[in-house]
Amino acid sequence: MIIEALIAVTFLAALVVFVAPNAAAAKLAAALSVLPVVGSLWMWAAYDASGNALLGGEIAFETDVVWLTAGGLDLHWFVGVDGISLPLVVLTTVLTTLAIVSAWTPISNRESQFYGLVLLMEANLLGVFTALDFFAWFVFWEAVLVPMYFLIGVWGGPNRRYAAIKFFVYTNIASLVMFIGFIALVFGLGDSVTSLRLPEIAQALRAGELGGFAGLDAATLKTVAFVAVFIGFAVKVPVAPLHTWLPDAHVEAPTPVSVLLAGVLLKMGTYALLRFNFTMMPDVATALVVPIAGIAVISVIYGAMLALAQEDLKRIVAYSSVSSMGYVILGLVAYTTYGVGGATFQMIAHGLISGLMFMAVGVIYNTTHTRMVGDMSGIADRMPVTAGIFVAGAFGYMGLPLMAGFAGEFFIFKGSFASTVHSAMPLFTAAAMFGIVIVAGYLLFAMQRTLFGPFSFDDDYDVTTAPFHDVAPLAVLLLLTIVLGVAPDLFFGMIQEAVNPILTGGGL
Amino acid sequence: MTPDALALQTETVAAWTALAPAILLGLTGLALLGVDTLWPDDPSNAVLAGVAAAGSILSFAVTGWFLVAGTGQASTGGAIALYGDALVVDGMSLFFTLIFTVVTAMVVVAAYDYLDDHSHRAEFYSLTLFAATGMAVMATANSLATVFISLELASLPSYALVAFLKTDRGSVEAGLKYFLIGAVSSAVLAFGISLVYAVTGSLVLGDVAAAIGTPEMAGVLGLGVLMILGGFAFKTASVPFHFWAPEAYEGAPAPISAFLSSASKAAGFAVAFRVFVQAFPLEAVPAGVDWVIAFQVLAVVTMTLGNFAAATQENVKRMLAYSSIGHAGYALIGLAALTAGGPNGDVLGASMAHLLVYGFMNTGAFLFIALVEHWGVGRTFEDYNGLASTAPIAAVAMTVFMFSLAGLPPFGGFLSKYVLFYSAIEAGFWWLAAVGAVNSALSLFYYSRVVKAMWIETPVADFEIESRPVGLYTAVLFAGVGTLLLLPGFGPVIETAQTVAATLF
Repeated sequence: MIIEALIAVTFLAALVVFVAPNAAAAKLAAALSVLPVVGSLWMWAAYDASGNALLGGEIAFETDVVWLTAGGLDLHWFVGVDGISLPLVVLTTVLTTLAIVSAWTPISNRESQFYGLVLLMEANLLGVFTALDFFAWFVFWEAVLVPMYFLIGVWGGPNRRYAAIKFFVYTNIASLVMFIGFIALVFGLGDSVTSLRLPEIAQALRAGELGGFAGLDAATLKTVAFVAVFIGFAVKVPVAPLHTWLPDAHVEAPTPVSVLLAGVLLKMGTYALLRFNFTMMPDVATALVVPIAGIAVISVIYGAMLALAQEDLKRIVAYSSVSSMGYVILGLVAYTTYGVGGATFQMIAHGLISGLMFMAVGVIYNTTHTRMVGDMSGIADRMPVTAGIFVAGAFGYMGLPLMAGFAGEFFIFKGSFASTVHSAMPLFTAAAMFGIVIVAGYLLFAMQRTLFGPFSFDDDYDVTTAPFHDVAPLAVLLLLTIVLGVAPDLFFGMIQEAVNPILTGGGL
Repeated sequence: MTPDALALQTETVAAWTALAPAILLGLTGLALLGVDTLWPDDPSNAVLAGVAAAGSILSFAVTGWFLVAGTGQASTGGAIALYGDALVVDGMSLFFTLIFTVVTAMVVVAAYDYLDDHSHRAEFYSLTLFAATGMAVMATANSLATVFISLELASLPSYALVAFLKTDRGSVEAGLKYFLIGAVSSAVLAFGISLVYAVTGSLVLGDVAAAIGTPEMAGVLGLGVLMILGGFAFKTASVPFHFWAPEAYEGAPAPISAFLSSASKAAGFAVAFRVFVQAFPLEAVPAGVDWVIAFQVLAVVTMTLGNFAAATQENVKRMLAYSSIGHAGYALIGLAALTAGGPNGDVLGASMAHLLVYGFMNTGAFLFIALVEHWGVGRTFEDYNGLASTAPIAAVAMTVFMFSLAGLPPFGGFLSKYVLFYSAIEAGFWWLAAVGAVNSALSLFYYSRVVKAMWIETPVADFEIESRPVGLYTAVLFAGVGTLLLLPGFGPVIETAQTVAATLF
C-alpha cells in the first residue's frame, strides 16, 4: 500500500497546491513534496527483495488487483518495485523537491498552477516507475506529458509555444508508435497471456510463445515490434537523430522544469527501453546490436559535438544530455552485469548531475538574465559559491573519480568492453570514450569564459551572491553526487540483483 | 439489500413498472407544465430547475437500481416485453436510459443559470424532459411502429428547443434547418418501415427477423433496410444525414447542444442497435441485405469527415459539433464490426460504454461553452485566450474534456476508445480500428487548440468575469469528475455493457 499512498499523497498535494493562493503556493508545495521523499526513502530503507520484477523475481510493496476485464484480456492495477525502479522512485521524489525550491526565485506568476502541475507530474512519474501492468503504466506514461506541456507552454521563454507543441507532438507520436508495436506483440502472444501484466508478457516472450499476427510470422513480428517500441522510447531518451525536440524544450522551459525534464523525464525513456526492449526481447536486441550500439556511439559523439558548438549555457547542458544518454544505451546493449547495471546507475547519476548543472545555470541566469557564454565573464568573482558548485558539477559530468558520474560511466565501459554480444563491442566502447574528451573540452571552455577571468558584464543588473534557497538545492545535489560516487553500492547492489536475471536464459 | 432481494420486489409488482424511468421523465415534464399553470406570471426559475433536476435524478436512480437489481436481465428471467411486444425493457434499454437521464440532469442544472434572463422557462424545461421521455422510450422500442413514434416524440421537442432563442437569427435558422431535415428523414424512415412491413408482414422486431429469411422480394427488403438506416443516420448525425448538426449545435442554446449531441445521439444509437441486431440479424438476412458493409462505409466516412471538418473550424462550438459527428463514427464501429456468429456482444458493448463516457465528456464540453456564453465571452478560439487565468477551475474541467475527447490516456475517453478499437480488432476488423486510431490521433490537433488558447495564449481583449454561476459550475464539474472517475471505474461499466449487449444476439 505504500506505493498507492505515495502516489495518492502526491496527487492530493498537487490538488491542494493548485487551489492554494499564489503567495503561499511555493512554500506549501515544497513542504508537501517532502512527504513523498520521506515515503520513498522509507521504501529504500525497508527494501528487502531481490531479482527482477518482470522475470519472476520478488516484487517489493506489490499490489495486484483486477481493474477491468474487456475482451479476454484483464487490465490490472499492478504496482511494485524492484532494484531497477526503486532508485528511480527515490530520484524522482528528491529531485522534485529540489526543483520546487529552485523555482522560488524564477517563477513569479501563476505560482499555484505551476507548483500544482509540478506535483501532478511527480505523481504520474512515480506511477511510471512503479506500474507493472502495461495499461496502467501507459496511462501514467502519457499523463506525464500533459503537465509538462503546460509547464513549458505557460512559464517558458519567448519561443515557448513552439517548443511546447513540438515536445507534445514528438512524444505523442512516439507513444502511438510504441503502443501499436507493443499491442501487436500482445495479439501475437494470443492465448498465452491472460492480462497485460508486464511480468506475464515478459516471461511469455522470453519463453518463445509468440505467434504470428496480421500476416507476419513470429520472428518478423518480434523484430518489427522491437523496432517500433525502440523508436517510441528512443524519442523520449532521446538518441540521435530523434533528439531535435530536446534543445528547444530545454531552452524554452523554465529552469526548474529543465531540471525535471533532464533529470527524470529522460530516464523514462531509458527505463522503458530496459524494461521492454532489453528485458522482454533480448534475442532481437542482441541480433540488432550493431545498429543499436552504432546509434549509441553516434549519440555520444554527435551530442557532444553539438554541445561544443553552442553559445547558450543551457543548450550546452541540454546537448550533453543526448551524449550521456548514449552511454546508457551502450551499456544496455552490452548485456553484461556491469553494462546493464552501470546503465541503470548512470540514469541516477545523470539525473543528479544534469539537474545540478541546469540548476546552476538557472541560478546564474536569475541574477544576470542571460545565459550566453559571450555576455559575461568572471562570474566566480561575484557568485563564488554558485561558481564553485558549478565547477564541481561539471567535473562530475566529465567523470571525476569519487563522483557518481565516474561510477556510472566506469561501470558502463567495464561492462561494454567485456561484452560478448558482438566482437566489435570493444571498438564501439573505445569510440564512445572519446565523447568524454569532448565533454571535458566544452565544459572547461564554457567555464573558463563565463566563470573565470576578470569580472565583466554588459547589462546593468546587479550581479550579487545568490540567495540561500537558490544555492541550497545545488549543495544537496552535489552532496548526493559525491555520496553516490563514494558509495555506489547504496544503489548498485540492488540494481545488480535486478539486472542479473535479464542476462541469463531466454535466447542469450 | 442484496441484488436478489431487490429483484424479488420487482417481480411482485406489475410488469409495466419496469417502464418507471420513462414514466418518471414524462410525469416530471407534466409537473413542470403544472407549475407553470399554477403560477403563470412568475414561475420561479429555481423551482422549475429543481423539479426538472429532481425528476431526472430520480429517474436516473431508478434506472440504476433496476440495472443493479437485474430487472429485464438474464439474472431475473430476461427481457420484460410489454404491450404485445411493442416495448421491451432489458439491460440495454436501462443502460441507455442511464445515459439519457444523467445527461438530462446535467443539462437542466446548467440551464438554471443559462435561462436566468429568458422567458418561457417552464416550456424549456418541460420540452427537455419530454424529449428525454421520447429517448427513454426509444431505448425500449421493440416494434418499428414504436420506434417511429418514440423517435418523433424525442425529435419534436428538440426542434422547438433548438429554436428557443426566438430573437436570435442563428437559433431560428438552426431550428428550421433541423426541422426540415428531420421531417425528410422521418419520411424516409417511415417509407423504409413500410417496405419492411410489406416484405415481412410484421412490425415487431422479433417477427420481422423470423420472416426475413424468405428470399422473395429481397430487393424491396434491402431498400427498406437502407432507408431505415438513413433515418437512424439522421438521429445520430452520421454522414450523409449530418448537415443539420453543425448549424443546429451552433445555433441552439448551448445546454441544448449538449443535450442533442450527447443524449439524442445516444438514443439514435440505442434504437439502431436494437433494430438492426434484432430485426435484421446477420445470420438470417438474405445475401443482398448485408447491412454491415453499409455501416462500415458510414463509420469510416463519418469519423474521417467529422475529424477533418472539425480541424478547419475557427469557432469552438462548431468545432465541437463536427467532433460530435466524428464520435458518431467511432460509435458506429459497434455495428460495423459485427459478424454472423462472432463475439458480437463485446464490440457492441464497447460502443455502448463509449457512448456513456461520451455522454459525460461531450456534455461537459458543451456546458463549458454555455458557461462561456453566459459570461459573454466570444465563440472563437481567440476569444478563449487566457480564460484559464480568470477561471482556472472551469478551465481545468474543459481541459479534461478536451483531452478525454481526444483519447489521451489519463481520462475515461482513452479507455473507452481503447476497448472499442480492441474489440474491433478481436472481431477481425483491424482496419476499422486502424482508421479509428489514426482519426483519434489527428483529433488531438483541434482539441488541443482549445487547451492552448485557454492556458498558454495571452488574452487579446480584456474581459471581466464577475459571476460564478452555481448551476453551470455544478454541471461542468460533475461532468469533469465523471470523466475522471470513469478511468478507474470503467470496469463495471464495460462489463455491464458487454453483458447486456451479448443478450441481444
